[in-house]
Amino acid sequence: MVELTINGKHVSAPDGSTVMEAAKLAGIDIPHLCHLPGIHTNGSCRICVVEIEGMKNLMASCIVKATDGMVVHTSTERVRLARKIIYDLLISNHPQDCTFCSRNQNCELQILGSTLGIQETHIHGKKSPARVDISPAIARNSAKCILCRRCVTVCHDVQGVGVIYAQNRGFNTVIAPATCAPLESTDCAMCGQCTLVCPTAALTETDSTEKVWNALTNPEKRVIVQVAPAVRAALGEDFHMPVGQPVTGKLATALHDLGFDDVFDTNFAADLTIMEEGTELLQRLKAALTGEGAVLPMITSCSPGWIKHCEHAFPSELDHLSTCKSPHTMMGAVIKSYYAEKLGVEPKDIYVVSVMPCTAKKYEIQRPEMQNGGYPNVDAVITTRELTRMIRTMGIDFPNLPDGKFDAPLGFSSGAADIFGVTGGVMEAALRTVYELVTGREMPGENLHLKPIMGLEKIKEASLTFENVKPEYSFLEGVTARIAVTSGLKNADVLMEQVKNGESPYHFIEVMGCPGGCINGGGQPRTLGHVADYRERRMQALYIEDEGKQVRKSHENPDIIALYENYLGEPCGHKSHELLHTTYTPRGKFDQ
Amino acid sequence: MSIYTLKLNTVKDLEELRQSFQESTTGYRHTIYVCGGAGCNSSNSDAIVQALKKAITLRGLSQEVRLVVTGCVGLCAQGPCMIVDPEGVFYGNLTPEKIKMIVDKHLIGGNVIREYCYQDTVTGEYIPYTKDLPFFSSQVKIALRNVGRIDYSSIEDYIGHDGYFALAKVLNEYGRERTIQEITDSGLRGRGGAGFPTGTKWKSGFDQPEGQKYIICNADEGDPGAFMDRSILEGDPHSIVEALLIGGYCIGANKGYVYVRAEYPLAVERLTEAIQQARDTGLLGEHILGSDFNFDIEIRIGAGAFVCGEETALINSIEGHRGEPRQKPPFPFQSGLWGCPTTINNVETLANVPAIINMGAEKYASYGVGRSKGTKVFALAGDLVNSGIIEIPMGIPLRDIIFKIGGGMKDGKAFKAVQTGGPSGGCLTQEHLDVSVDYESLTQAGAIMGSGGLIAMDENTCLVDTARYFVDFVKDESCGHCVPCRDGTTRMLELLEKITGGQGEMEDLDNLEILARTISQTAMCALGQTSPNPVLTTLKYFRDEYVAHVRDKKCPAHVCTALFTYTIDSDKCRGCTLCARNCPVDAISGEKGQPHIIDASACIKCGTCKQNCRFDAIVLN
Repeated sequence: MVELTINGKHVSAPDGSTVMEAAKLAGIDIPHLCHLPGIHTNGSCRICVVEIEGMKNLMASCIVKATDGMVVHTSTERVRLARKIIYDLLISNHPQDCTFCSRNQNCELQILGSTLGIQETHIHGKKSPARVDISPAIARNSAKCILCRRCVTVCHDVQGVGVIYAQNRGFNTVIAPATCAPLESTDCAMCGQCTLVCPTAALTETDSTEKVWNALTNPEKRVIVQVAPAVRAALGEDFHMPVGQPVTGKLATALHDLGFDDVFDTNFAADLTIMEEGTELLQRLKAALTGEGAVLPMITSCSPGWIKHCEHAFPSELDHLSTCKSPHTMMGAVIKSYYAEKLGVEPKDIYVVSVMPCTAKKYEIQRPEMQNGGYPNVDAVITTRELTRMIRTMGIDFPNLPDGKFDAPLGFSSGAADIFGVTGGVMEAALRTVYELVTGREMPGENLHLKPIMGLEKIKEASLTFENVKPEYSFLEGVTARIAVTSGLKNADVLMEQVKNGESPYHFIEVMGCPGGCINGGGQPRTLGHVADYRERRMQALYIEDEGKQVRKSHENPDIIALYENYLGEPCGHKSHELLHTTYTPRGKFDQ
Repeated sequence: MSIYTLKLNTVKDLEELRQSFQESTTGYRHTIYVCGGAGCNSSNSDAIVQALKKAITLRGLSQEVRLVVTGCVGLCAQGPCMIVDPEGVFYGNLTPEKIKMIVDKHLIGGNVIREYCYQDTVTGEYIPYTKDLPFFSSQVKIALRNVGRIDYSSIEDYIGHDGYFALAKVLNEYGRERTIQEITDSGLRGRGGAGFPTGTKWKSGFDQPEGQKYIICNADEGDPGAFMDRSILEGDPHSIVEALLIGGYCIGANKGYVYVRAEYPLAVERLTEAIQQARDTGLLGEHILGSDFNFDIEIRIGAGAFVCGEETALINSIEGHRGEPRQKPPFPFQSGLWGCPTTINNVETLANVPAIINMGAEKYASYGVGRSKGTKVFALAGDLVNSGIIEIPMGIPLRDIIFKIGGGMKDGKAFKAVQTGGPSGGCLTQEHLDVSVDYESLTQAGAIMGSGGLIAMDENTCLVDTARYFVDFVKDESCGHCVPCRDGTTRMLELLEKITGGQGEMEDLDNLEILARTISQTAMCALGQTSPNPVLTTLKYFRDEYVAHVRDKKCPAHVCTALFTYTIDSDKCRGCTLCARNCPVDAISGEKGQPHIIDASACIKCGTCKQNCRFDAIVLN
């Protein structure tokens, strides 16, 4: 422990604490901007400067370590003046368009101004040249950038992609890909983690709400919405509800209130994915174990950011990816075929909207593979944050909504589908079905959970031995399936290097592009930095949803059974391949 | 293939080479040192060398006259120049024609051609001998001991001047700890600007756990008007190789880097050659001089960012990253290049090291004053008569540098201010001329020692414009990492431009001062923290000038073009048309023999008309 004095208070802080952390222990919040606890500390904004006795200059408290006997003053007149001037400098190079900015009332720069008690500005001057770059998923506006570099840290150190960095220098510095190329022309995975950490509107999702409003007011369109599992675990946060409180029922009501003709659940498609992906795994295992040869490990393909990253970073390993489309595009394909036929409506008159925790899915729906019969599977993707804006615009009092339900026939789902939104969930859901198909018995594990792959660790491993299998799966008798689960692209790279080198010991790997999985997707509410354990709480929300369901396994979802009986035939059959499976494109680092 | 079959494996090898070199240079009647420094080089010293060679051959003097092309002789204002020994005659402003005369009259005839020598600007008297020239006689050359005295391209010449003997002493006699102690006792401090004690730095490097360590020579000299390090690298590259060997040995590094800016191609070329010679002779490589010490040096070329002179930004740059400072701690001696303990020394600091080992710490420490021991190299620039490179014992008054060595202001103008320490330094005035030139005194006066750039300014200088110039420089060089430097330097520049543009208001002065103080207190690295110094010192010492710009809308020095106009006094103008003919923008019109007029909207205020007018009819308003 170190002992120091902050604002006259004696403080004991653990060794290695920064002055900012030590001050927090003494109940003193030091204003800060660029610092993002646990993720990013580079001392670039200098807002958190404090006076330390014996030091000539003011010191950045997010970086300077507390030491024994240190005497710190966090709010002297000198400090307050310095902070105001630094803030004034920032604002002098910032568009003052708060009232029509997407981050209005949700902007860290704006909040800081009020924290610092800024009433007027004294510094004025020209602004840095602004660069606007709108990719299908992520929109960048350098005019709003305060160069805190959180996005750079996340892109490089957390995701390991490293697409954006500081370009040019001094007043002309911008955060951009090399040579200031458009994001779309790079190997950006479109994961959107940068948009989660951006304190201002410099990095946002590319807005699709206008398109959706237009569709909703078009009388010729049947507008169908589906919503991903992770959205229900986080949407409430935007309406000041407790973090980790699932809002499934209110979400269904809100979507009806917004005027969607059908409110379906991507969970249904998650169950469908398990049927297809589980079958594909069994086919690959059979081929491998009976000597036909198959590419293993098989790797999940639900996360379009991960897919794009894999195409860029491991173009030679694409055969390892499951050919299954992501659940929401499967859903889109089913809506515009099976459901369209049921309704007697032409696919061209159907407009499918996906509400996703994800920015990469905005990119994904533009891929040429993601269409059938000339119609895109999904017409628009809005993120959780965009849904928040639509709910607000519509005047819906979200926290006080009654619970509603998703519509049939594509709204019912098993508990296995809920956990698709969290790292380990797809694997667990798949194994619940695969194990039972193979052995006729429930997957072992407390409450149907596979403990070793639950939680937020970077890489998780487990194994599952098949014994007393059904005769048609005799090739699996006594076989121990080795599995791995990871999330975050940098962690995925670790497993992929093994795959590339032919050293992967696994049969099946689950990868989700965002750290923690979709609960922490790039399109989710920006709770990061405010609530330390927000990911754990969102994860719990999904496990609560799962455990509260009567049906816990995908293959027991009666609507799934009906879909196969009435339309698709069998998993991985001809029709499935046409509608639900896809192909990949080797891209390499410099190809789009 | 190596051109050096000679291997220097032992001290004896060194001694033999030294002796044979010294013998080879005896027996000549004259030795001519022709300056091959960058300044003289660009005023075509090559032609001088060729003319000398030709004349020497033509006159059959090859056995009598030894010709050495050296690094910078120092008196750049007189370039191209040379010194003729044994008399020590300095010839400046040379041309190939003058060379023919010098060869015939001086080398053959034995008569010094006085009118080719240095002419005192006040008395008009010619001063042929360097011993009589205050520029030379007031200097003490330690870091520059060989610069201008040896052939930079010859390892034999370097060894002939005791080169690599300090290394031998360190390896064979002193060992690591005593060497560090010598450097500590010498009082040597970092000459790059910060003045950190070199011995302490080396001791910190030495104290780091065994393992991969690095030593770096910081040759990213970037201050406007500074060329000290450049002259050392170009004039005595082996001294840096030897010093890096000694430093590397002391801290336990087996690899050294020289980070030098790409704008110094000549330095890169000469240092590359020196490193190759050292490799070829075995002075770099394995088992150096028979010891178990292995060492090699690599040059890394900077892409021209001023901030890369900051040690952590420099490390980032060597590693291939963007040149931006890292937050300290950890300090480089703890975790530097590729996370390994790294010691970084400036060129001039290192150049002192072999000399200190050879002369002894006590002797070195006998120069200087207080905590500022030894000598300091300065690059004299600005409006001085004798611009160039000098080395002085610390502690002499600023006045001596400017008036004695520097020869005072050009064209008999009055001294106004001097900027030390480049854009990070401060402007000092007439009243500071008796300040002792040492780290502490300069800091106390509001400037800094800096790396040695010294720009003297005469009465025609506008100090507001000077502050604007330096802020413009740092604004361009700000890396963009932290807010105070990135946005603050731009805003300071805008305020200064507003003031020099005649739009200033009195409150701008207060805002400028508060902004400048905030930047210096909050910026992340030394570049940002010191960037407001020119503003703060000029506001302090030349506030009247700021007020004149703002309140009276006048630039007293007539530099800020928005604040004055040229008109023609019709009573004095004879209509000679000279002004109109010389005006670059045709802003002057009038009939021959009639008073002319200046079109104020077209006039660019270059002052050409005023310079040309023979009747004093052009009036500054």
